[in-house]
Amino acid sequence: MSIEYQNIFTQVQVQGKPEWGMDDSGEMLAERIGTPWFSTLAGFIGNAQIGPLYLGWTGMVSLATGLIWFVMVGISMLSQVGYSIPEFIRQLFWLALEPPSPEYGLSMPPLDEGGWYIIASFFLLVSVLTWLLRSYLLAAEHKMGKHVFWAFASAVWLFLVLGLFRPVLMGSWSEAVPYGIFPHLDWTTAFSIRYGNLYYNPFHCLSIVFLYGSVLLFCMHGGTILAVTRYGGDRELEQIYDRGTATERAALFWRWTMGFNATMEGIHRWAWWFAVLTPITGGIGILLTGTVVDNWFIWAQEHNFAPMYDGAYGYEDYGSYEAFIGKEN
Amino acid sequence: MFPKWFDKWNADNPTNIFGPAIAVGVVGSAIFAAALIVTWGNPYQTESMQTGPRGTGMSVPEYNVARTAADPTIEAYYTEEPYIPEGAEELAKDVYENVQVLGELTDDNFNRVMLAITQWVAPEEGCAYCHGDVDISEYASDELYTKVVSRRMIQMTQNINENWDGHVNAVAEVGVNCYTCHRGQNVPSDIWFNVTPVNENASGWAAVQNRATSMSSSTSLPSSALEVYLTDYDSLVNVHDLDSRVAGVPGIDEEIATIQKTEMTFSLMNYFANSLGVNCVFCHNSRAFYDAAQYTPQWGIAQMGRQMVIEMNQEYLIPLEDQYPPERLGPIFADAPKAACRTCHKGYQRPMQGLNVTDDWPELVSSEAPVYE
Repeated sequence: MSIEYQNIFTQVQVQGKPEWGMDDSGEMLAERIGTPWFSTLAGFIGNAQIGPLYLGWTGMVSLATGLIWFVMVGISMLSQVGYSIPEFIRQLFWLALEPPSPEYGLSMPPLDEGGWYIIASFFLLVSVLTWLLRSYLLAAEHKMGKHVFWAFASAVWLFLVLGLFRPVLMGSWSEAVPYGIFPHLDWTTAFSIRYGNLYYNPFHCLSIVFLYGSVLLFCMHGGTILAVTRYGGDRELEQIYDRGTATERAALFWRWTMGFNATMEGIHRWAWWFAVLTPITGGIGILLTGTVVDNWFIWAQEHNFAPMYDGAYGYEDYGSYEAFIGKEN
Repeated sequence: MFPKWFDKWNADNPTNIFGPAIAVGVVGSAIFAAALIVTWGNPYQTESMQTGPRGTGMSVPEYNVARTAADPTIEAYYTEEPYIPEGAEELAKDVYENVQVLGELTDDNFNRVMLAITQWVAPEEGCAYCHGDVDISEYASDELYTKVVSRRMIQMTQNINENWDGHVNAVAEVGVNCYTCHRGQNVPSDIWFNVTPVNENASGWAAVQNRATSMSSSTSLPSSALEVYLTDYDSLVNVHDLDSRVAGVPGIDEEIATIQKTEMTFSLMNYFANSLGVNCVFCHNSRAFYDAAQYTPQWGIAQMGRQMVIEMNQEYLIPLEDQYPPERLGPIFADAPKAACRTCHKGYQRPMQGLNVTDDWPELVSSEAPVYE
């Protein structure tokens, strides 16, 4: 049995002299920090070499502001439990830095009632946007396409809708999402309940389609490539230019299975668009909620796609309460 | 380690044993597991109750099948049929002093009710729990707080049976008596006290949520839901807009519900569900929580239950605050103990699984003189 092709971990690790990257001008190394080293554990799931890291001004600003946001959230949580470390650990998943109370609208609330949230959010905004810029600048420096930048931008779109665009359109910072593990999930549930069931929001539907579609495509692609690795299929770029038996077999497999196959190039466009469209459509759906539509179930009824079920909601249709709860007949 | 002939035979007869071994292992394990389930029963057995039309997914799965077995507190329930008066008996108010409630009872029935209350509320302490360790001639004294509270609780019980028929007798004649809450304990389980604000160095909404407390059922939802929705007559639980578009700013325009208020409602609903061992779809079709056309009949019963509990807390329980000794008051704000769904239901859909607890006790169903049949 050729077990080496059926392992969940990377089968080939390269460890040797660290790769430092290009230094055309002789000054570029100054922007890369950390002495590279090798991790066998990291090698199981990716490249064994860790570092060096390109920092640059975007990296510095992003990490610094991100850290400020993180610490502000953490200290806020800690102060809420009276600076008790055991209680902080015990309640960690429950605690949050909450957005302002609703009565403040878009004004600046007192610090202990959402003011810290506004300040922390500003730092998070700077952090995320500089990291986005970083993904553009580094791609430009490598003479790469900006695909990663645009993909990350689609996630940032959703982030901005949740924390900036929608609260501004709603006229209240209290609509923003709390910074906390369970509390942000409470927000999510309450958001759906408040606006009459988000499942009837067509953009939410689309977002789910693309999310689950992404998962499906990811697994189909990963599975296909791993399955033809023994024929060199994992050298995907070479296979795009110079189709070999790996590509042919993979293509035949899918064409014979479902009549259509993607190509070595096309499959990556499928995956990219599905992934990118998930937060784009999701963000549109969130932005419309409370600003254009306030009850999605009623909206869906008005647009004829929330059918009513004929059936019994009452005891009379079951004969008795006992029959209703299944204790009889 | 094996004998030479064995190693040699193996070397001469190379066989892939992994395939058959895996097949045998899988099939064998499946048979083993199936045999265990057949002989010992399914450890994850569930029962479910359909609560809405077919195809709507409305059902309450019961993972804890033990709860469909008899409630263990039912066994300890004490009851005794009334002595039907023949017309000439002396009444309690004439026999004893300071009988402010239950005075219209005959002597026999009065003592019957007193004995039952002892069994329900203070089976170990007996009469002395309310009357004190004194001679029977001094039982008229109101010195002990327990007696003063009991009197008010008898009135509360009568009020519930008399005026809240729509809740306590909604699906069958059941009613309540002392045992519904007390279950043989001096202080009923599942009472509640005020706890908010729960967070330090925070105010407004940030102060009342995001802590695992008994009042939030260990969720991060607001801990103030019972404090507001079960003590305030004017509180509104609804958060939905009944048109597809309703303009307004949440928190500024009063009719526009906020996310925070929605979380409060969610917290209360979660408490309801936990108190009865059910889920959302016991009352709602979860696809449209607000839609009256998709409620089950329980929705109305629960709605009335909330109003009943507000009245219990406002008219009976909270005003008793000054009567209690400190150890009976809330740990944080020294407030009076209050009731809610779970105080009676104890995690069951119906308290004591629908046992009729008023049949034998006409004295407790009305503030008027009892009618015996």
